[in-house]
Amino acid sequence: MAYQFDWSVLWTGQSGFWLLQGLFTTLRLSALAWLLAAGLGIVSGALRTVAFKPLAALAALYVESFRNVPLLVWMFFWYFAVPPALPGPVQDWLYGHGIEFLAGMFALGVYHGARFSEIIRGGIQSIPKTQFEAALSTGLTTAQTYRLVILPITLRLIIPPATNESLNLLKNSSVALTISVAELTFQTRQIEAYTAKAFEALTAGTLIYLVLCLTIAAIMARVERRVAIPGMIARVSPAEH
Amino acid sequence: MRSGILQSAERTNFTPVVEFHQVNKWFGPLHVLKQINLKIAKGEVVVICGPSGSGKSTLIRCINRLEPIQSGEIIVDGERLSDPALDLTALRAEIGFVFQQFNLYPHLTAMQNITLAPIKVRNLPRPQAEKLATKLLVRVGIPDKAQAYPANLSGGQQQRVAIARALAMQPKIMLFDEPTSALDPEMINEVLEVMSDLAREGMTMVVVTHEMGFARRVADRMVFLDEGQIIEEGRPESFFTAPKSERTKQFLSKILSH
Ligand SMILES: Nc1ncnc2c1ncn2[C@@H]1O[C@H](COP(=O)(O)OP(=O)(O)OP(=O)(O)O)[C@@H](O)[C@H]1O
Ligand SMILES: [Mg+2]
Repeated sequence: MAYQFDWSVLWTGQSGFWLLQGLFTTLRLSALAWLLAAGLGIVSGALRTVAFKPLAALAALYVESFRNVPLLVWMFFWYFAVPPALPGPVQDWLYGHGIEFLAGMFALGVYHGARFSEIIRGGIQSIPKTQFEAALSTGLTTAQTYRLVILPITLRLIIPPATNESLNLLKNSSVALTISVAELTFQTRQIEAYTAKAFEALTAGTLIYLVLCLTIAAIMARVERRVAIPGMIARVSPAEH
Repeated sequence: MRSGILQSAERTNFTPVVEFHQVNKWFGPLHVLKQINLKIAKGEVVVICGPSGSGKSTLIRCINRLEPIQSGEIIVDGERLSDPALDLTALRAEIGFVFQQFNLYPHLTAMQNITLAPIKVRNLPRPQAEKLATKLLVRVGIPDKAQAYPANLSGGQQQRVAIARALAMQPKIMLFDEPTSALDPEMINEVLEVMSDLAREGMTMVVVTHEMGFARRVADRMVFLDEGQIIEEGRPESFFTAPKSERTKQFLSKILSH
């Protein structure tokens, strides 16, 4: 018998509510993970370029260990392996505050932070060494030079690859369904389970991801034009792997 | 002429602001500065010249410790650069450095380029820093370019903003590393004029340049560097008309012929 399409499953019963809830969780998970990733990426990416070797090595250790292990493994690691190793009160707190979400956010943020880090490092290394020297020569400290000169230039240069990576993060947030975070993909599967209408449910999920990603890409393209450095067209290529 | 003043003061009243004592510097196996001894007096204008690769940039970059040295001692404004307790950022704030490639901050306007360090290093309130920057832009001859970004300025204008940026820290010493070498010929003079004005006002200056006309007019002393060694130094009149060393003669004949 041919498959009977029934799109109404998407707005009858609980489906609509589940989709919205999933969308909201996906956005919250991605946004928080993104903040963590951006922070880790900027700090570790900058540290990798400093002359002080121990700090650069520490940052390299972070990047290489997180970038070269599958996200799914890190997700399981933060969810199954880490909590039991923590002190009792911390564990209790975690289990009372949605450990799935926290583990998912942490895994996503730390994993993509390592990938952001590579983009930032590439951006910094594309700036001529004499730009650092000019800033240092006016009496700025190394930290000030990074904060006031190098990073503002870098962050403008890396918007295209960073947008790309941000979309990867958003898409990868679906991996959190494996540790039972009720994000968009999880909810899509739930609709499918309840209605047996896989095609409709997954189409809805697909379209939502598509619209989200296209919207973010469009916004970032505007931001890029907005903050562009006059006369600068240098582009940094996206991170490898 | 200011040169005249220094001539008599040279022996009697020589207060050095920069001193090189037996300085040696290597890049790996490459010995780029060899036993450099050099004293530069307050208010003096020293022009360093020499063939490409002779170590001119390295020498001048040692003065604000952009390059570390391996032996000898450099003393700047009474501070030993090898002193572990040296406050390097404070010292650098007193030394202006002008690069061949301008190195303005591309994301900031001319005004912001000039005010950044006074605000962040000297803690000058913004209005005061902007007043100072406005004055400096007048002084370097581009008062109308305060809001322009580096990419929208000509090379000569960018270099003048870079000079204003260095002057905004009210430095005791100004270092110039081939400030006109990246400029189109028609822009060279506007930058050299700003530098001549500075020299006339009594700024201590160390200038690496191939502009021998400028050197003749403005320098108190010429230093000729070859293969990391100071081969000859002297007053511009004698340096250009009666060089003592054969290598100086060769260098001058090459550089003055075009
Ligand atoms: N960072 C570095 N690492 C290794 N070698 C270097 C470095 N910087 C300069 N050198 C070498 O040291 C020597 C002196 O260089 P320096 O830049 O001081 O010469 P210069 O007199 O300024 O030359 P130019 O007129 O071409 O600017 C050259 O042989 C150069 O190749
Ligand atoms: Mg040089």
